[in-house]
Amino acid sequence: MNIDLAKIDSIIEPYKGRQGLLISLLQDIQAECNYLPEEALVEVSQALELPLSQVFSVATFFKAFSLEPRGRHLIMVCLGTACHVRGGERLAQKLERDLGIKPGETTQDFEFTLEAVNCLGCCALGPVVVIDGKYESKVDSAKLDSILKRYQSEANKG
Amino acid sequence: MMPEKVLGKRINSPSELEALEQSIVAKRDPDKPCVVLCAGTGCRAAGAEEVVDAFREEIKQQGLGDKVEVKSTGCHGFCERGPLVVLRPKKIFYQQITKEDIPEIVSESLVNDNIVERLLYADPATGEKIVYEDDVPFYKKQTRILLGANGEIDPTEIDDYIAIGGYSTLAKALFQMSPEEIIEEVKQSGLRGRGGAGFPTYRKWESCRHARGAIKYVICNADEGDPGAYQDRSLLEGNPHSVLEGMIIGAYAIGSHEGYIYVRNEYPLAVRHIGIAIEQAIEYGLLGENILGSGFDFGVSINRGGGAFVCGESTALMASLEGKIGEPRAKYIHTVEKGLWDRPSNLNNVKTWASVPLIINKGAKWYSQMGTEGTKGTMIFSLVGKVNNTGLIEVPMGTTLREIIYDIGGGIPGGKKFKAVQTGGPSGGCIPEELLHLPVDFDELTKAGSMMGSGGMIVMDEDTCMVDIARYFLTFLEEESCGKCVPCREGIKRMGQILTGITQGKGKEGDIEILEDLAGVLRDGSLCTLGTTAANPILTTIRHFRDEYEAHIKEKRCPAAVCQELIQYSIIEEKCPGCGLCVKACPTQAITLVAKKQPVILDQSKCIKCGACYDVCKLGAVAKR
Amino acid sequence: MVTLTIDGREIGAREGETILEAANRIGIYIPTLCYHEAISPYGACRLCTVEVNQRGRVRLVASCLFPVEQGLEVKTDSESVRKLRKGLMELLLASCPDSERIQSLAREMGVAETRFALEENKCILCGLCVRVCQEIAEKSIISFVGRGTKRKVATPFFIPSEECIKCQACAYICPTGAIRFEEGKLVLPT
Ligand SMILES: Cc1cc2nc3c(=O)[nH]c(=O)nc-3n(C[C@H](O)[C@H](O)[C@H](O)COP(=O)(O)O)c2cc1C
Ligand code: SF4
Ligand code: FES
Ligand code: FES
Repeated sequence: MNIDLAKIDSIIEPYKGRQGLLISLLQDIQAECNYLPEEALVEVSQALELPLSQVFSVATFFKAFSLEPRGRHLIMVCLGTACHVRGGERLAQKLERDLGIKPGETTQDFEFTLEAVNCLGCCALGPVVVIDGKYESKVDSAKLDSILKRYQSEANKG
Repeated sequence: MMPEKVLGKRINSPSELEALEQSIVAKRDPDKPCVVLCAGTGCRAAGAEEVVDAFREEIKQQGLGDKVEVKSTGCHGFCERGPLVVLRPKKIFYQQITKEDIPEIVSESLVNDNIVERLLYADPATGEKIVYEDDVPFYKKQTRILLGANGEIDPTEIDDYIAIGGYSTLAKALFQMSPEEIIEEVKQSGLRGRGGAGFPTYRKWESCRHARGAIKYVICNADEGDPGAYQDRSLLEGNPHSVLEGMIIGAYAIGSHEGYIYVRNEYPLAVRHIGIAIEQAIEYGLLGENILGSGFDFGVSINRGGGAFVCGESTALMASLEGKIGEPRAKYIHTVEKGLWDRPSNLNNVKTWASVPLIINKGAKWYSQMGTEGTKGTMIFSLVGKVNNTGLIEVPMGTTLREIIYDIGGGIPGGKKFKAVQTGGPSGGCIPEELLHLPVDFDELTKAGSMMGSGGMIVMDEDTCMVDIARYFLTFLEEESCGKCVPCREGIKRMGQILTGITQGKGKEGDIEILEDLAGVLRDGSLCTLGTTAANPILTTIRHFRDEYEAHIKEKRCPAAVCQELIQYSIIEEKCPGCGLCVKACPTQAITLVAKKQPVILDQSKCIKCGACYDVCKLGAVAKR
Repeated sequence: MVTLTIDGREIGAREGETILEAANRIGIYIPTLCYHEAISPYGACRLCTVEVNQRGRVRLVASCLFPVEQGLEVKTDSESVRKLRKGLMELLLASCPDSERIQSLAREMGVAETRFALEENKCILCGLCVRVCQEIAEKSIISFVGRGTKRKVATPFFIPSEECIKCQACAYICPTGAIRFEEGKLVLPT
């Protein structure tokens, strides 16, 4: 995967020396690259004058960060309490079966990454699944099928 | 239509602010029809954005362009029924509207003066159709002092906030009150922190004010990692200026000039709205240097967290504000003395900050009239799970759980039986039917072994397995523990293993006792509250639902038919016409069609217990035991 | 100066000193695993927990972090302290059953066996190595990676660091021999 280092530099620039904003900076880099490339973490450590070990520590502590490239579509299935009592776990199992991956993993064709998250803040309408930032509410297995089909057929079109 | 703004114009005194407020109000005709659309996260998920666009388009089409205003606001609360629309000034309330309904709403209710019956809310108890928002039972029994403004203002328009008197309290605080008087007012109000622990707010402020150090910080905790809770999100999304105003007043009282808002990056809309609010407040001179010409300086920045529940803990939050991992530290020296960058720091929850302008504006007496002896004011709950009217509700402290679940929440869906209500998130516990008479306040729920927490209220019905719920929370906590201290990291893991075993039918005599031992180690030994309270979900379920544990352990049976290893799906032959729906639904081809009008056959060896057949069968011909 | 009592002995202590430091000074033993006098205290193992009575408020605190105060009454070996330490050692013994240090501490606390499934860790995540590398060697080569039960001590990206000066302080300070040097190379705990 090619990383646009110039782009990363321009993201880092305004954060230079501002150690307190490490997490926000990593968020921005991930938003651009969809993961945290090794090179970027090295640059961050230099720009913020922080040990690389600290940057790596933070990057692996927060669940929102990924150190590996993620798929074109990010599927987040909610396992928060409200969604759990309405069957969120079974949706997660179904997604695992249908995509053939576990939470945290990416399909081989890099189409989908599956994440299981603890509450997406839309608890009244659970179970909730969020695909590429779009909230799907009161999801059941039939609805999940049709949502997945939509994204899969789009993928097949290329 | 965007209201005309006084852009680039700093407000230099309280009288200028008052003048601005009057000019905004004067320009607005209170009788002008206004379509107020909820565009909170819940309604967005139900398609609100489309609806907003469609409304704008349709209004133009029908030639009402300048006669009707369209306002998209934050969460109104009744998420279950979204997308919601309120037609002002009459406050006609339509629910579950779609794009397709809009031409009719515009022509019937805006061009003419008619009601679109089918979009009205029908009271499930009486079947009666309700026309006006204020008459909907869900709202009627609430006291929405914090949430109410969500339905009135466009959160991206500071003028909207000013028009309802916003920032006038800040002017009052800065010009008519001393910091000590503000703290005294907060003290008299009885305000206790809404982040979970219920610590008296004035005490923190006072200690922080008196702490040694030239630089002090005020911080807003908007990490809201509590699963099943989203009230902080909705306040930040729907009324960000109220939180800001509270922070500025608090900073003035404490003597701080620098503030932080720590918000989850998973809440992009909240991040955006609070960002816009800060920009607008700076533009108006309500933030930054010499606020309102008072000589007081205060700036706020936003920090975005990234998926770590423990970062809601005060010291972990401050560590991550320093660019470190969110690892708590001992609080033997309080954060009001030595917090962020070792300087005096005062942290409060979103709802706590938003309560401050109300208290300073309307007075401690007004505020303390609401609530109970020990807990004043109102509380916002996210009423979710197995309850009819899910959404955000705000009630005076002291309202009973039963009133909340039945009168506001409309009871349990599908004629099912209530089993428990979970409050306080992973630090809280499950409260059974016998205790539904309990009033909500910090002390009462703690006595029941739970906690009020930050306002998550998850209702569970007879189809919820309480052992599974305990296991669920322990799995959650195992993932979320920072891993620093031994009791939490190792203890939670072991409790999780035991509970998982029990839900898989591998429970042994004596397991409950081991769980109780471990609970003691966690409570006494853990470094932070995540660990010390981690056993609460187990202890309360053991206390109130011990029979369910015993059924799992002794009889290897899950009474609620939830634990996959302990249940079996089967076909009830008399009821099965062989329609084949389940055959199609089954992902493992475990069900085969024999012949038309003959029951299907389920092969247990292939069944993975996903429940697809059970869900799809409308005839109740699939049994789950 | 403040005066406090530890196990009934009244002693004077310097303000800012911790209970553990004060106790050590007068020869009262408190078990520890994540503490070393040369580096800053961390409060992770909780073994040093003692019972304090603070103007009538009794609670359990980590003595390596709790600052002494006037009139404080400390019990280093009360019933609840002993019970907690026992519980902690049972957990650690299950996690690192082969470590001699853990075995001997477990014996000391009266823990003969553990009720939990045995694991094969060597590292107890006390963080001494991480702190010594940061504070004494001033290199910060290693840090905690991941969180919760997945937490590990490691170098960035799990690859050997060129900046490591091989002072071996981490290996020296490790109570369980989990981090070590072999043929001059840093071997991370597994
Ligand atoms: C594990 C853990 C998570 C927490 N999460 C939150 C949170 O998401 N939001 C919050 O306001 N307080 C949270 N708290 C409580 C805070 O530590 C702190 O008490 C609170 O923010 C103080 O504000 P208040 O006095 O206004 O309640 C959490 C505490 C713990 C131990
Ligand atoms: S109790 Fe848990 S979350 Fe808190 S410091 Fe210990 S390991 Fe971390
Ligand atoms: S519990 Fe699923 S969105 Fe909150
Ligand atoms: S020595 Fe105090 S917690 Fe480890």
